[in-house]
Amino acid sequence: MIQSAYIHIPFCEHICHYCDFNKVFLQGQPVDQYLTMLKKEMQIALDKYPQPGLRTIFVGGGTPTSLNERQLEFLCQSINETLPFGDSVEFTFEANPGDLSEEKLAILYEAGVNRLSFGVQSFNDELLKKIGRTHRAADVYETIEKAQKTGFTNISIDLIYGLPGQTMDDFVDTLDKALELGLPHYSSYSLIVEPKTVFYNLMQKGKLQLPPQELEASMYERLMESMKRRGLHQYEISNFAKPGFESRHNLTYWNNEEYFGFGAGAHGYISERRVANYGPIKKYIVPLSDGDLPLLEEHLVPKAEKMEEEMFLGLRKTQGVSLATFKRKFSIEMTDIFAEPLREQGKRGLIEMGGGFVRLTERGRLLGNEVFQSFLGII
Amino acid sequence: MNREEKLNRQSRIRNFSIIAHIDHGKSTLADRILEKTNALAQREMKSQLLDSMDLERERGITIKLNAVQLKYKAKDGEEYIFHLIDTPGHVDFTYEVSRSLTACEGAVLVVDAAQGIEAQTLANVYLALDNNLEIIPVINKIDLPSADPERVRTEIEEVIGLDASEAVLASAKAGIGIEEILEQIVELVPAPEGDPDAPLKALIFDSIYDAYRGVVAYIRVMEGSVKPGDKIKMMATGKEFEVTDVGVFTPKIEMHDELTVGDVGFLTAAIKNVGDTRVGDTITNAKNGATEALPGYRKLNPMVYCGLYPIDSSRFNDLREALEKLELNDSALQFEPETSQALGFGFRCGFLGLLHMEIIQERIEREFKIDLITTAPSVIYDVINTDGTQIKVDNPSNMPDPQKIDRVEEPYVKASMMAPNEFVGAIMELCQNKRGIFIDMQYMDETRVSIVYEIPLSEIVYDFFDQLKSNTRGYASFDYELIGYKPSQLVKMDILLNSETVDALSFIVHRDFAYDRGKIIVEKLKALIPRQQFEVPIQAAIGQKIVARSTISAMRKNVLAKCYGGDISRKRKLLEKQKEGKKRMKQVGSVEVPQEAFMAVLKMDDTTPKK
Repeated sequence: MIQSAYIHIPFCEHICHYCDFNKVFLQGQPVDQYLTMLKKEMQIALDKYPQPGLRTIFVGGGTPTSLNERQLEFLCQSINETLPFGDSVEFTFEANPGDLSEEKLAILYEAGVNRLSFGVQSFNDELLKKIGRTHRAADVYETIEKAQKTGFTNISIDLIYGLPGQTMDDFVDTLDKALELGLPHYSSYSLIVEPKTVFYNLMQKGKLQLPPQELEASMYERLMESMKRRGLHQYEISNFAKPGFESRHNLTYWNNEEYFGFGAGAHGYISERRVANYGPIKKYIVPLSDGDLPLLEEHLVPKAEKMEEEMFLGLRKTQGVSLATFKRKFSIEMTDIFAEPLREQGKRGLIEMGGGFVRLTERGRLLGNEVFQSFLGII
Repeated sequence: MNREEKLNRQSRIRNFSIIAHIDHGKSTLADRILEKTNALAQREMKSQLLDSMDLERERGITIKLNAVQLKYKAKDGEEYIFHLIDTPGHVDFTYEVSRSLTACEGAVLVVDAAQGIEAQTLANVYLALDNNLEIIPVINKIDLPSADPERVRTEIEEVIGLDASEAVLASAKAGIGIEEILEQIVELVPAPEGDPDAPLKALIFDSIYDAYRGVVAYIRVMEGSVKPGDKIKMMATGKEFEVTDVGVFTPKIEMHDELTVGDVGFLTAAIKNVGDTRVGDTITNAKNGATEALPGYRKLNPMVYCGLYPIDSSRFNDLREALEKLELNDSALQFEPETSQALGFGFRCGFLGLLHMEIIQERIEREFKIDLITTAPSVIYDVINTDGTQIKVDNPSNMPDPQKIDRVEEPYVKASMMAPNEFVGAIMELCQNKRGIFIDMQYMDETRVSIVYEIPLSEIVYDFFDQLKSNTRGYASFDYELIGYKPSQLVKMDILLNSETVDALSFIVHRDFAYDRGKIIVEKLKALIPRQQFEVPIQAAIGQKIVARSTISAMRKNVLAKCYGGDISRKRKLLEKQKEGKKRMKQVGSVEVPQEAFMAVLKMDDTTPKK
């Protein structure tokens, strides 16, 4: 059973210096045609894999809110018409602060969207400019107020740390301002410079000064501490929430469960296959015009990989990986099949066991990749 | 053929090499000569045909010698048989050059019309003159805007002392002057002398291993003749074989019934090891053979040693097989198993020089797909102990305790450098820093200077050549020859990682430089070794005394704190890549050390300590 769907809107009005997701400049794109094809993709997929009801829907990008009102309305309608909503579905839209007019907010609200995730990144306007964001701190306050007025309560914002030129004081200031908003959910990611981004090119030329590892680590520690003080519990490496407000959609990934991925360049996990759609809009559109799914690649996940993924995804959660769930899913004891890395990482103090779960220790949370990779390629 | 016919044919043979500094156009000229003599149909022409190994082509140097037979119809109406014998252009292979020159009566000396004579050219010209070769000067690249053929002509006359009034002005690239060169070869290069009826004397100037034929020996017949079925003897090793095939390269392989005086070609005799066909050795008849071998043979001895270890210890046997295969083709390569506490099982290997070492290392990684750790190269030190015994040390970690050593002697080379005079200061400073002893300086013309120093070989083995190039913006050329051993104040420097001595990182250094080098090396290692989950102190020590220290901070954060959406495959790939990176490192005690760290002592960059 598939309970989650991710929908990708690959259009942006501006492209951020760090972003390597599948996206294009909005201008001149066949947006309407794209949205029609997106609807078609959802139809074909649901016909092929009928589902009783989805629990989470997440519209991301790109910038979904870069669509105009009419397009947004069409998209919401398509989702409502093609996807089966289960009870109390979590329906999230990613949004760019400053993009959301009252009209757009109303459209989303009417369509059943009940969670908004804003790409705030920082409250330092200088820094925002430097990373290629077009919104300013003032836009954040304004948009959130409008959203709350419209009726949205479940609001999350994203913050980035480890930005070029960012100091500890900068980050603490951003954190304070973010927490001041009293939202029920926060995500905070560290900057990773990826190929095919402005930052990457700058770095190749030696023109990007990133904070040293020590500072980045301290920022992360500070983040965890501040969130804890405010009663927001860390349920995943980069995610914090008031109890009950954890993103169920993201938990689908960490719980190693299946999900649909709709739209250009979207990834899905369907019927034991990791699948990916064509990224370029034109390539995405062609097969759909003929009534075929726009699949670029699919990979049937063998059991060994599934078990590895159960570990390196599940360990991201503060709760950890359940020994019982592991046994139920794979009919084998985790402590048998992964005896060696469990012992090894335990000895190093990076993981601990208790209450029927294996989880990262506090130290392990900072060195997660060291733990994750120890489970790879050993079965 | 009867004696008469043989002698007549012999009078129409011309054997020659081309001598040139790297980049002065040797390969292009060879291509043009091949074209002009119609050795190859145009479509068969592959640019720079004589350089056959990929690696050679990539590095633009010739490692393996080759010889081709060409037919040239001269202006006098006669058809001549040319043998063009290629020579390697690098100082590591001086001995091979000298042997291949012995196979010739003449040499075409190619000098770049803009750059003039370089150190390497000079070294090879002297080798040619030692072998009594007729030298045909060619001033190449005259079509370059910066060409100054008259200056170069004067330089040839003044520096080498050759008559350059008849020097051909050529552009191999543009095809200018090629015919003139060929005519001069006919006119000036003497025909081979030698009696076709005398006992066989054939010089081996190279050999390669072929999987089907066994060893293919490249030979020049000096006296007598050789044909399939003949019983032959290698005069240096005394080994006997029966000839299976003889022939020439045109450059395609062409079987002949017989090779006789003046012929340059190949011979096969079901020989299994190139060690049996040593360069410079003489082949004669097994019965009633020549009594005296051709002069000049010597066994090649490696000058530079290093340890080669598989990163993956389980591939030790694969590495042995790779070395054995390479040895078939390279009698100068030596190796024997050794054990390092840090690196496990590997081999101590001897090479003619640094280039030779890099080539072997690259071939093992490329052709045999074995990831290697190479320890820093070392020369052979003569250690005289206090008890009077003497040992040779080719591995720094085998250096006896300081209190047991009476004195240490190290090999010195005579290094000749040539450069425009504006760089004299830079060159001299570099040589002083490398413990050089000034010997001589001479102006070759108004602007070019030749400088000679005696420098310890170990300093050359470090980054001397790179530094020379960078300090002179690439203008200096360089050549060296071994001149013998001299006593030096040398000490062994040990490197400790996490308080444990890593034997593979030990090196020998002059006492006066020890502190500075120690400091540089610990900083270098700090930069090269990635952070571990714990703090790793790095120390440099002489005996018990720590002379420099640094610390690699513990890894503070390594976790994907990024939203990858649902792209789990990407997450996996990233983790796999990190894990793969670790596999390319060697676990030394509890520390993971990357390949490059073991070569760190070699690359001192611009930070070479100044006295």
